[in-house]
Amino acid sequence: MASLVGSRVERKEDKRFLTGKGRYTADINLANQTYAIFVRSPHARASIKKLNIDKALKSSGVVSILTGKEIADDKIGGLIAGWAIRSEDGTEMKCPGNPPLAKDNVNFVGDPVAVVIAESLAEAKEAAEKVEVDYKVLKAVTSTADAMNGDTIHEGIDKNLCFDWLLGDRQKVKEAFDKADKVISIDIINNRLIPNAMEPRACVADYNAASEEITLYTTSQNPHLSRLIMSAFGNVAPEHKLRVVAPDVGGGFGSKINVYNEDIVCSWAAKKISRAIKWVAERSESFLTDIHGRDHVTHAELAVTKDGKFLGFKNETIANLGAYARVFGTVTPTYLFGPCATGVYEIPAAYTNVKAVYTNTAPVDAYRGAGRPEATYTIERLVEKASMELGIDKTELRIKNFPTAFPFKQTLVHTVDSGDYVAGMEKAKQMADYKGFEARRKESEAKGKLRGIGVTSYFEACGIAPSAAVMSLGCGVGLWESAEVRFNPTGQVTVYTGSHSHGQSHQTTFAQIAADELGVPIENIDIVHGDTDKGTFGMGTYGSRSLAVGGIAIVNACKKIVEKGKRVTAKMLEANPEDVEFKDGEFIVSKSNKKKTIGEVAFACYLPGVRDEMKSPLPEGDEPGLKETSFYDPSNFSFPAGTHIAEVEIDPETGHVKLEKYTACDDFGRIINPMVVEGQVHGGLAQGIGQALYENAEYDETGQLMTGSYMDYTMPRADNFPEFNIGYTCTHATTNPLGVKGCGEAGAIAAPPTVMNAVIDALGGQEVTMPATAEKVWKACKNLKKSNAKAA
Amino acid sequence: MKDFNYHSAKDSKEASKLASSSSAFLAGGMTTIPSMKLGLATYKDLIDIKNIKKLSGIKVSGRSVTIGAATKHVEVSNSKDVKKAIPSLSSLAEGIGDPQVRNRGTIGGSIANNDPSADYPSACIALNATIHTNERKIEAAKFFKGMFETALKKGELIEAIEFQIPEKSSYQKHPNPASRYAIVGVYVAKHKGDVNVAVTGAKSCVYNDKEMSKALSGNFSSSSIDGMDLDSSEMNTDMHASAEFRASLVVTQAKKAVDAC
Repeated sequence: MASLVGSRVERKEDKRFLTGKGRYTADINLANQTYAIFVRSPHARASIKKLNIDKALKSSGVVSILTGKEIADDKIGGLIAGWAIRSEDGTEMKCPGNPPLAKDNVNFVGDPVAVVIAESLAEAKEAAEKVEVDYKVLKAVTSTADAMNGDTIHEGIDKNLCFDWLLGDRQKVKEAFDKADKVISIDIINNRLIPNAMEPRACVADYNAASEEITLYTTSQNPHLSRLIMSAFGNVAPEHKLRVVAPDVGGGFGSKINVYNEDIVCSWAAKKISRAIKWVAERSESFLTDIHGRDHVTHAELAVTKDGKFLGFKNETIANLGAYARVFGTVTPTYLFGPCATGVYEIPAAYTNVKAVYTNTAPVDAYRGAGRPEATYTIERLVEKASMELGIDKTELRIKNFPTAFPFKQTLVHTVDSGDYVAGMEKAKQMADYKGFEARRKESEAKGKLRGIGVTSYFEACGIAPSAAVMSLGCGVGLWESAEVRFNPTGQVTVYTGSHSHGQSHQTTFAQIAADELGVPIENIDIVHGDTDKGTFGMGTYGSRSLAVGGIAIVNACKKIVEKGKRVTAKMLEANPEDVEFKDGEFIVSKSNKKKTIGEVAFACYLPGVRDEMKSPLPEGDEPGLKETSFYDPSNFSFPAGTHIAEVEIDPETGHVKLEKYTACDDFGRIINPMVVEGQVHGGLAQGIGQALYENAEYDETGQLMTGSYMDYTMPRADNFPEFNIGYTCTHATTNPLGVKGCGEAGAIAAPPTVMNAVIDALGGQEVTMPATAEKVWKACKNLKKSNAKAA
Repeated sequence: MKDFNYHSAKDSKEASKLASSSSAFLAGGMTTIPSMKLGLATYKDLIDIKNIKKLSGIKVSGRSVTIGAATKHVEVSNSKDVKKAIPSLSSLAEGIGDPQVRNRGTIGGSIANNDPSADYPSACIALNATIHTNERKIEAAKFFKGMFETALKKGELIEAIEFQIPEKSSYQKHPNPASRYAIVGVYVAKHKGDVNVAVTGAKSCVYNDKEMSKALSGNFSSSSIDGMDLDSSEMNTDMHASAEFRASLVVTQAKKAVDAC
């Protein structure tokens, strides 16, 4: 049987998605359901003087209206930060309470203050307009850079500072900088992004008065984790009385990790009114209340020798948390950011200092890449600038500072098990025809255009785990993953995974893995996920962890099945278990022609007897049935890496940046399904290029979101991109049995600096902030023309 | 969306009769429906005019192209007759919105709405259009009054738009990257005797840039407007483009249009 791992198996999920048969939360309608509309604050910062629901209660079709008072009276807990971060001075981070419905204060536009539940959506909307809230509007704090100088948003949190965190050694860095021939410094902004999953958030909560069980259907990347949080912190219901189902989910990108206000409120309210409640976000609500991403202001410096050796690195960053600290809000700008900020380079001394601040904006949390795009942007913009200032070719300078041996003990935290950064660089250069660039630049010049080339070499730490490591860094839970592999008596296999697929193709990739491990045809394998009532506990999907953590749990569970199969075969065929080999779905007694298929073994495990014979085919000590579980906790993160090269052509008259070529050469270790990986790379690149050239979430000084619809928030579209030029170098990870590394975030991590380096190269080294919009680029072109005229 | 009454008029007369101060004509509904959904507009009555046969269709004569008000953008962009007579008009239609909008939106709706960054108003100005309503004929130059404001009276219905066929013409737009509406769109048309340079997106309402028209009437070459420093004081500023940038784009797009003629 040919191995499926490594081949372009067509996606098992495509049939239902492409024929409109996907079943999303909004597709779920329960008998006698009601509809919820949330009344949200129109102000960025205000105290609630009075909230009057009398008129609204009289509105037609209203079932119930609940406010912050009722939720506080019922002692329903608030939303939480999942990671505890300590400041440099040893003090714990400061987090404000974040009730699911605000009672006294609102802290961003969209903060919910009440929920209106009615018989129909139209009636709920109409009643919601009649809820009267008397706000005392307060001065909002919206700027990341100035947040520490603004009014105190949350009582007791001075300077709006959640923590002032340090990773690294300031003294060592000072010594390194003292020895430097040159210091390259840079001030950059990592622009705020809105994730914009295709499917807006939604939930349907149901209460069964007989079993006293709440069922919540919701758009989550991690239903088990959501249940844990809602139960342990939200006090919604004990875990055994709360079922969380995340059916088909149309994209998450991190924005659906969090338990949101609406999940808690609808679950709690469904029990209160003893009826099902449905809520589906409108797109404008998604813009306002989904977590946002990035939003850093950074000053960074690189100490170098004149021949280009890196000596030291400093990173001073202010990270915007938004109004509240949420699940991954505090770890994203710290442990997911700082360690990767020294990039793929041997830098003897480094530190990253992050001041995380609260502002009156939507909470900022993990968005595709989470911390690593910000880290990569910092170091790669700095290295590119160093190459310009030192006059050393940008690829040579990078190679000069790459580690040559693996494992590579990276400056601050990670020990990278495997990689070959030079090979990746050389292949990328070849793919991009790096040598031919100067000729292409001249051709562009002849047309009156400016052409630039940009390079990024990145590594990232993903496959987020191991539990002991993440918990030592402040994580509130372990980050292992579970799998259960269940044979049916008639030979098909159901695999339960704690990972969640919301676009990642687990139904296919995981089935490929199980098919190879068990020798069962892929069509006889089903992957089940997304339901706390099905399968064991799981931590969910984010941080490119599904394959490197969840996939390995499946491998391990399959291996346990095979071990049992060997024992059963030995008993059935009267051989020693040690003499039984397993290959392509068959258990073979070595040096004999005796064998049993895995289907026969499964059958025997479930029907352990034969007519007229008293002997059980099962060995002593083995129970009937064929089902195994694995909880896999890896020994390290996984470390994908690569080099990306972008080429842009700029029209100086209009400032239009045309992305002419984009080359991505990534090392994802072993690739299970090249087609799925290509999709992941394309999607990541689209989001990364989007950040560089198009996307920007902008608040005005009163805290109103100026980019609250697609009229103003530029989502990139297919015609914004060239055909991507994609290649791989595959050095297998040594820390997991499949040799795999994560691939889901790489594009979003590497693309922003790659594109910006190209834009800035075309502009003769002039800094432009992301997104490089036409007007910014046009202005830079005018400056360039002026300074060229002066020089001439 | 609040409840409303839906009417389907069989002819202009009926449509006009149904109109009141709380009604709107519904053609493609590409602006009306979203405005109602967002609560920005409420009407008691929507009068659908799509079924009025007389309002759809394209007629080309030796001197003009006449397009029925309820003709969809896709019909204009696909029309071989329009492509032959005024190719720039057909390509303008092809560049409006997205396929969904082009399959629903109509020329009459676009003109009646007079969005400051809509494409069609610039064609009307550049191509010396005559707007035929159920009551009268209005010259384009007198039709577009200001932001979302036209010479139409309540109950007055656009029936057709008659464009003068120019010697040469071209429409060039610098789109808003998010909405893809024109940040600046410039329609240059060379007629016998004079040149029109109609600009959309730059100010609160479409206009004919006299300075560039004059320069190009003298010498129809992009060099005659190259480097022209337009007054930006009345131009729009928003998060996507400042007035200064818009002023520069107007010249750039005009040059591109001249070169494309």
